[in-house]
Amino acid sequence: MQPVIAVRQITKTYAEGSTGTLALRGVDLDVHCGELLMLMGPSGSGKTTLLSIMGCILTASSGSLLIGGKEITQLTEKQLPAIRLEHVGFVFQGFNLFPTLTARENVELMLDLKGVAARSAKKRAAELLDQVGLGGKQDSFPSDLSGGQKQRVAIARALAGDPGIILADEPTAALDSHTGKNVMEMMSELAHRRDRAVVIVTHDSRVLSFADRIVKIEDGAIAGNDSSHLEPVAGGILSHSFLQPAVRLA
Amino acid sequence: MPPLAQRNLFHDRVRLVVTLTGIVFAVVLIVVELGLFVGFTVTTSGLIDHSGADLWITSKNVPYVEQGVAFSERKLNQVRAVPGVADAQKLIAHWTQWKRHDGGEDSVQIVGFNVDDAMEQPWNLVEGRVEDLKSPDAIILDELYKKKLGVTRVGEVFEIGGHRARVVGFTRGIRSFTTSPYVFATFKNAQSYTGLHEDQTYFILVKLSPGADLEQVRRELLGRVKDVEVFTTAEFSHMTRFYWMFTTGAGVAVLIAAVLGLVVGFVVVAQTIYATTMDHVREFGTLKAMGAPNSYVYKVIMKQAAISAVIGYVVGMIVSVFVVRASQEGGAAILMPMPMAVGMFFLTLAMCVGAALVSINKVTHIDPAMVFKG
Repeated sequence: MQPVIAVRQITKTYAEGSTGTLALRGVDLDVHCGELLMLMGPSGSGKTTLLSIMGCILTASSGSLLIGGKEITQLTEKQLPAIRLEHVGFVFQGFNLFPTLTARENVELMLDLKGVAARSAKKRAAELLDQVGLGGKQDSFPSDLSGGQKQRVAIARALAGDPGIILADEPTAALDSHTGKNVMEMMSELAHRRDRAVVIVTHDSRVLSFADRIVKIEDGAIAGNDSSHLEPVAGGILSHSFLQPAVRLA
Repeated sequence: MPPLAQRNLFHDRVRLVVTLTGIVFAVVLIVVELGLFVGFTVTTSGLIDHSGADLWITSKNVPYVEQGVAFSERKLNQVRAVPGVADAQKLIAHWTQWKRHDGGEDSVQIVGFNVDDAMEQPWNLVEGRVEDLKSPDAIILDELYKKKLGVTRVGEVFEIGGHRARVVGFTRGIRSFTTSPYVFATFKNAQSYTGLHEDQTYFILVKLSPGADLEQVRRELLGRVKDVEVFTTAEFSHMTRFYWMFTTGAGVAVLIAAVLGLVVGFVVVAQTIYATTMDHVREFGTLKAMGAPNSYVYKVIMKQAAISAVIGYVVGMIVSVFVVRASQEGGAAILMPMPMAVGMFFLTLAMCVGAALVSINKVTHIDPAMVFKG
């Protein structure tokens, strides 16, 4: 099966004075649809850099990146937003919700970027929030939501673009263990029931059991690629409607 | 589009107040400085602009109205004989001394005119009538200068140029650009006050017949009347304004202040809008990470700037109107004609949008990877 993300001999050097810091040294990695992959490693190991490159936010210094079979490294910076918009949904450690918009408007914003008409966007955003269990919080501002609720809004927002890839940076770091578990169950559902490729950068050992595969990064290189220990994850907090196949938006 | 720009502005009330204060300050500053410039400019030529004449006849080489040189009033008949001239009247505009009751003296500018003619009559009378000037030694002056000249009411008697003068009325808002207030009197009285010989005048004002060709009449006048110059009212007004604004330090100072007002106003607005944009830089980074093209982010920023401009303009103009009204009671006129008020709107919009462009330049270079930093 063709990987949805194919990383080939990717290097990344950050300019720093007259020299440079090598953040990634020839990384190879494939991520498939329906897979929940966790990137682990110590601080400064390069995992967030790798995530950023896979999300077309950073450009690699050398190597090749294929998203859905399309070569990305040759694209200009102006072309990358369109790739992100089409293929990638992000979930951030700090949620990165727009504090001045309500939960529904946060989701609508993504739909607006996708060119969905206002009325349809409003309806679809409400549906997505309903699916993540926030049907009653649509008009709440982020400041009125708990950490877990904020992360659910962020997930609904990431899903609004109907991307094939979900990239999450420490999605449970700011959450208590119970809420973190709920969020991970949701991520797991996205991978296993909705056939998304989910890549999670994490330090949180509590969530490792949700991974289909764990990739360890050290000093900018893959140090280990392990899927032998993993058990299938059962159950989840997602409502029935969330488990339905994604509605194609565009 | 969800109302991100509006919400960004209105969500944080303190930031909104700071932003609007900056813009309002800039609007008021620019209105005051430009208004002073306009006020000074208009004031310098007020006497000419309100004359109602089509042409002004002066001695040779008179650079501005306060610098008139006397010439024979016999030229008046020559002027009246020129085809196309409907009316011609003598006018005195000259400095002399006003003696207050306390013994002190002040310089004033006597304006002597034919009370029975429509040209160069005092305007905006708030007390008395122009016809009252026909009574002996009668004068009319502006209420702005009551205190300066020691006048309290109609009927008071003073001394001008060593001659008796009795106040019969007051005008409102007839300012002098110099420190010498205008004092209106009949031509004959003005001759006495200024010590002008009986057969002399400083200016002749001409009103053309309906349909007369102004340039042709001017050529005829120059051909028939010797040793004079003939200016249209607009020309003489421009000459006077130019003299006071650009050949004296006062005018240049006001002009520099107006330019500085514009610069400072723009800097204040630029800083304010820039700070407002930078407050949301992380959100713009998130937008870019989500896949928003730069144009989408620009739209949000420009919308924020435009909304700020509109609100800042409205509040700024309200404050400015109060300042302008208050200035009418003071020594320096701040004027805000309608074109200036309309122009201020576009200037405010341009300043805010221009400032937004500065911050857009910064936002363009946001690294979307910043969203991963905690």
